[in-house]
Amino acid sequence: MSGGEVTSLERVKKALSGAQPDRIPVVLPLTMHGAREVGLPIREYFAKPENVAEGQLRLHRRYGSDALTNFHYAALELEAWGGEALFREDGPANAGAPLVRRLEEVAKLEPPKVADCPCLGRVLEATRMLRQRVGGDVPILGLVVSPFSLPALQLGFERYLQLLCERDDLLPRLLSVNEEYSVEWANAQVAAGVDAIGYYDPVCSATIIPPEMFRGTGQGAAERTLSRIRAPAVTLVGAGRCLPIIDGLARTGTRGLLVGPAEELREVKAATSGKLALLGDLNSVEMRRWDHARVEAEVKRAISAAGPGGGFILCDGSGEVPWQVPEEVLLAIVEAGKRWGRYPLDWIERA
Amino acid sequence: MLALEQGRFELEKALLSLDRLSARELMRNASAAHAPAALAEALIAPTLEHLGAAWQQGTVALSQVYMAGRICEELVDEFFPKDAAERRAGPRMAITVLEDHHELGKRIVYSLLRASGFECADYRRQTVAECSARVAGEGIELLLVSTLMLPSALKVRSLRERLAAVGCGAKIAVGGAPFRLDSELWKEVGADATGATASDALALAARFSAEGAR
Repeated sequence: MSGGEVTSLERVKKALSGAQPDRIPVVLPLTMHGAREVGLPIREYFAKPENVAEGQLRLHRRYGSDALTNFHYAALELEAWGGEALFREDGPANAGAPLVRRLEEVAKLEPPKVADCPCLGRVLEATRMLRQRVGGDVPILGLVVSPFSLPALQLGFERYLQLLCERDDLLPRLLSVNEEYSVEWANAQVAAGVDAIGYYDPVCSATIIPPEMFRGTGQGAAERTLSRIRAPAVTLVGAGRCLPIIDGLARTGTRGLLVGPAEELREVKAATSGKLALLGDLNSVEMRRWDHARVEAEVKRAISAAGPGGGFILCDGSGEVPWQVPEEVLLAIVEAGKRWGRYPLDWIERA
Repeated sequence: MLALEQGRFELEKALLSLDRLSARELMRNASAAHAPAALAEALIAPTLEHLGAAWQQGTVALSQVYMAGRICEELVDEFFPKDAAERRAGPRMAITVLEDHHELGKRIVYSLLRASGFECADYRRQTVAECSARVAGEGIELLLVSTLMLPSALKVRSLRERLAAVGCGAKIAVGGAPFRLDSELWKEVGADATGATASDALALAARFSAEGAR
């Protein structure tokens, strides 16, 4: 921090606590894009922590986002359990074949130790390098796949839905081993230098399971897990709906919620009424085609919907910007976010 | 004789509560009075379409749509003749995911189509080259492409170009998250149609069947 200026870390912390910083933080979750910065194929880029640290720093210099991320790709957590990540050159790695082929095999799952997983070790090393190079002014955001959503990777999504609907007797054991792993993984990231954890829980959304099922399953898992993570967490439900479970989400101990295009940001803001900070909700699929006027309109729409009163971070609505979004669109989003996001936002009343 | 209108309500109730016994009993009664094609068209398909619309409106969840499709598929296998010719008329159809490892959406659409009496080949995961060769070689009239990831959705353009290059006029219908998030994307990639829900595939199959018959 220099000359009394608010740092990105202070700005993000304030927004996550529900308060009003100097301006709305702008966070672009750019991950594989670092590969482009350092001129490497995506697989090669993620193979060495020094690539990721360098890529993130260059992305930060280029776009001026209010946060960095150590997040590599979700399938990395399947690798930690002995599975495989399948890389492609134009997007995030996919998860390979599920580990569990028969539901009964759930009983044999044992959580891996973080120290025994080279793939997780690379993320931790990249985090330490980033922390050392950016100092304390810029927050680093980590991510864990929630214990409740991890089975979509471990079992495959279809088999997991079968378990949830027809063999929920197997769920307690599955959640128990996953919670041990997720807590250890999240806290290892905190120890390496992340300031907040994204709790990636797409299965809990009302788009995927009924709200009453969430209340009896994923909500408890989130409460138990988040209470043991030593950093503030923000829940990411993918592009799913969260309004029907908003009270339950607020009770999990999460600090904030990433809102996607499936719901009206203004409605979610009203429903959370200061209980949760909100992040979102720019449409990351559509933004590939946005021109400057559309960027400005979308940024102003999001800010006017959720910015007043504080507790808002401008971000894309899915938690990962696609590889195909042009650089000029990303630059325009950050520029418009910083220009229109300065409090007191009195342009909203004039508009 | 069970009125099919009332049957739809009862079937939906049984499906949402995963009550296989009631669903089977209902099918047993209905099949005593109606031919399989009529049951598929007037009982199962409208019920599944209604559930799909409810998912789109946010009143049911994907897990419920998935389980409803699976239960109906079991009913069809039990009560309907095995001979495809005696099932419901429709276009020659196939379904695939393009260089994408997420097959749940495809599985749900496939299940709903079969449960509604349509026949559909499951190509599973294909590259663009594999898929275009198979579609052209097997005389597919309607190819359904399910996607979760944006890069896979963008592959549809290459597929369209390859099919055109070999003179194959198969129609391509697309669905999945990228197409729901971006309502213009299906046109951008050169698809002929898109569906917002899995059950929209039923209406598309019926539509292309009617167009093919003209």
